[in-house]
Amino acid sequence: MSALEMVDIYIMGKKYMVPASLTIMNAMEFAGYELKRGCGCRAGFCGACATVYRIAGHYELKVGLACQTRVEHEMYLAQIPFFPALKAFYDIEDLEPKASSISRYYPEIYRCIGCNSCTKVCPQDLNVMQYIAHAQRGDLYRCASESFDCIMCGLCASRCPAHIVQYYVGILARRLYGRHILAKSIHLQQRVDEVIEGKYTAGLEALMAAGLEELKAAYNNRDIETEPKLCLG
Amino acid sequence: MSIPVRVMYTPQMRELIKKVEETRPSRLGIDFPRMTPEERQDVLKKFHPDFIESGFRPVKIGVNKGDRVPQELADLLEAPSMIRNVELDLEKINYDVDVLIIGGGGAGAAAALLAREQGVEVLLVTKLRFGDANTMMAQGGIQAADKGNDSPLIHYLDVMGGGHFTNIPALVSNLVNDAPLVIKWLEDMGTMFDKKEDGTMITIHGGGTSRKRMHTARDYTGAEIMRTLRDEVMNRGINVIEFSPAVELLLDEDGKAAGAVLYNLETEQYLLARAKTVILATGGSGRLHYQNFPTSNHYGATADGLVIGYRAGAKLIFMDTIQYHPTGAAYPPQILGLLVTEKVRGLGATPLNIKGEQFVHHLETRDVESAAIIRECNGRKMGITTPTGMVGVWLDSPLIDLIYGEGYIEKQLPAMLRQFARFDIDIRKDPMLIYPTLHYQNGGFLIDEYGCTSIENLYAIGENSGGIHGRNRLMGNSLLDILVFGRRAGYHAGLKSKEVKQKKLSLQHLYNYQREVEQSGSAIVDRVSPVLVPHYTHREALGLF
Repeated sequence: MSALEMVDIYIMGKKYMVPASLTIMNAMEFAGYELKRGCGCRAGFCGACATVYRIAGHYELKVGLACQTRVEHEMYLAQIPFFPALKAFYDIEDLEPKASSISRYYPEIYRCIGCNSCTKVCPQDLNVMQYIAHAQRGDLYRCASESFDCIMCGLCASRCPAHIVQYYVGILARRLYGRHILAKSIHLQQRVDEVIEGKYTAGLEALMAAGLEELKAAYNNRDIETEPKLCLG
Repeated sequence: MSIPVRVMYTPQMRELIKKVEETRPSRLGIDFPRMTPEERQDVLKKFHPDFIESGFRPVKIGVNKGDRVPQELADLLEAPSMIRNVELDLEKINYDVDVLIIGGGGAGAAAALLAREQGVEVLLVTKLRFGDANTMMAQGGIQAADKGNDSPLIHYLDVMGGGHFTNIPALVSNLVNDAPLVIKWLEDMGTMFDKKEDGTMITIHGGGTSRKRMHTARDYTGAEIMRTLRDEVMNRGINVIEFSPAVELLLDEDGKAAGAVLYNLETEQYLLARAKTVILATGGSGRLHYQNFPTSNHYGATADGLVIGYRAGAKLIFMDTIQYHPTGAAYPPQILGLLVTEKVRGLGATPLNIKGEQFVHHLETRDVESAAIIRECNGRKMGITTPTGMVGVWLDSPLIDLIYGEGYIEKQLPAMLRQFARFDIDIRKDPMLIYPTLHYQNGGFLIDEYGCTSIENLYAIGENSGGIHGRNRLMGNSLLDILVFGRRAGYHAGLKSKEVKQKKLSLQHLYNYQREVEQSGSAIVDRVSPVLVPHYTHREALGLF
C-alpha cells in the first residue's frame, strides 16, 4: 500500500497528524479520543456530532457533521455536543394548526432579522430561514415539509442572533401538521376497530395452534401482491 | 439536490459500471426468479455467518451455560463486572422511582409514555443522548396490516416464515395484532407518515412480505418516530437522565429486580436508582463486530443490557442468530458498513455481479439475500474488489427512477441520496457497491407477552429481547416490535409497580456471579463488562498497526 496522505488538524487547538481520507469523527479516534459526547449513529441521522471548524488563515467558520465530513489540512475544529435550547411543553391534541399555536410557545420566531445564518449553517442543506418564515405565516404544510429532514443537531440555533430554536419550531409544526391537517387514514381506523373488537383473535389462535407442516404449506402457497406497473415512458 | 460531477468511483470501477449500464435495459421489468425453499436452506447453510462454527462458543457460566453464543459476546458474559472493586452503600439511594427504564431509544420512550399513563413516577436513563439509538437510523419503514387486502393473519404468516417458523407464536400474535394500534397511536401524535391526499397510507413491500404493508416517512421513518416519541416524553415531563448508563442491576433480598447502579459518564460517579419495576431497553450488540463484520449499528450498541441482565439471572434465547443486512455500503471506505436501506430494494433496485448480471431476487428475506451476496463474492468470486481490498456487489439504484419516473429517488430516498452525495456518488445515475453488514441481534432475553423476563419485575423490550422474530427478522418488524412491546411493558410495569412492596437492595447476585467467573477459570483478566463504548483507532482499515 502506498504511503498515506496525512494532514494536520487541530482538535480544540491541539495539533494531530491524521490520514486525509478520514472523517472528522474517525480522525478524532485515530488521534486517540474515545468519544462519549459528540458521537451517535455515525451515519448522519442523529445530529450528535455537530462540529464547527475553520481552516487556518481563513476567517470563515464552517460546520459539518463529524461523521460525514472529511478532514482538511489545517482544520481547527471543536464539537458542539449540546446546546442549551428552550423547549416548550405542550399537548399536541389541544392545539390548533395555525401560526398562533407556534408563536404562543416560540414568539421569538417574529424576531428573525433575515440574516440567513441558520440556512448557511445547516448540515442537511435545509432552507431553515424559509421554513421559519412559513411558520411565521402559519403555513404548516410548507414548514413541516421543508423542515422534515432536520436532524436536530442544534447548529442553526447556535448561530441565530434572534435566539430562535429552529429545530423545536420545526418539530412543533410537523406534529401540528401530522396531527391536525394531514388526512386521517380511514383504512387504519377500520382495522383498529376490528382489532379492538377481536375480529382476528380466533384466527390468530388457530394459526398459533397450527402444526409446522400446515404453517409451512400456508406460507409457501401464500399469494404475493404484485409490483406496480412500470412507467417506461 | 445538485451533486458535483466529480465522481468517487475509480476508473477501474467506472469500467465495470459500464457493464451494469449495458445490461440495464434488458433487466428492466424482468422479475428474477425467487429461490425454492431447498435452495434457500442450501445457501444459508453454506454461506450465512450464523453457520460459521468458529464464530461461536458455548458460554461457560450463568443461566444459559452451555448455549452457543458469539465469541465476542461470550467474552463479555464471562468477564468480571466493571464495578467489582467499587464500594457502594446500598442504603444511599440517589433516585427512588416506581418504574426505571434503561435505554433511551424507541422502545424505552414508548414504555416511558405508557408507564406514565398509569399514573406512576418514571425515570428513563440512557447511556448517550435521549434518542441515540438504532431507532433513529431505521430508514426503511414499519409494518402493519391495515390495508383491505391484508390482515394480521397474513402478517403472522410472513413473520413466521421469515423467522423459519422458530418464532415464539404468542409474541408474533401480539406483534401483528397490535401493529395497527401502534400506527394509529403514532398518527395521533402527529407522526408524518407518507400518505395519499385522502389519508390512505402509501405502503410498499419489504423483503419477505406478501403484502405492501411497509409504512414510511420518506427514508427517515425511524428518525420521524423517534423524534415524535422523544418530544412527547419531554412534553409529559418524564425525568430523563442522559450519559448515565446502568452498569449493573440491583435486586432485592428475594431476587426480584429493584433498580440499577448508574454511572455518570462525565463525572465517573456511581449513583443508585431504586425502582419497583425495571425495564431493559438497551438495544443490541452490533458494535461488538461479530466475526469482524462492519456494522450498521449505532455507536452505543455494545450489549450492555444483555450483560447486566444476564448477571442478574435473566434467561437469553436465540443468541446464536444474528441478522446481517444484505446491503451495507462497501464503498467508499469512509462509510463502510453504513446501511443502505432495504427501501432501495423495496423500490426495485437489484443486486448485480461483476458482469452486471442479477444473481438473486432482490426481495428474498434478509438472511437469504445476505448469504446469496456472500456466495457471489466469496464462493463464486463474482464480486467487485475496491481499492482497499473490500469486495462487494452492485445495487442498481438508477432502476428506481426508470421504474417510477425521474425525481422519485430524490423524493423517496433523500437521506440515501445525501449520504452518497457527500462522497460524490450520485445514486440516481450510478449503482452503489454493497456487502452484508452486521445489523440486528435476533436473540435476546426470553420474554412473555408483556415483556416480562425470567426475573420478576424485570422486563426486556426491543432488540435486547428475543423470540419475536425467531432466527430472522423481516424489515419493518423491528420498529414495530419496539413499539408494540414497549407499550405493553410500559403498561404492565406501570401497573405492577403499584403492587410491589419494596425490600432491602442487594448485589448478592453479582458476588455469586463473580465467584462463578473465577471458578470457571474463564475470567478474561484484561476485560471488564459492560464495555459501554467501542474502541476505535481506524488503523487496521488503513493498513496501519
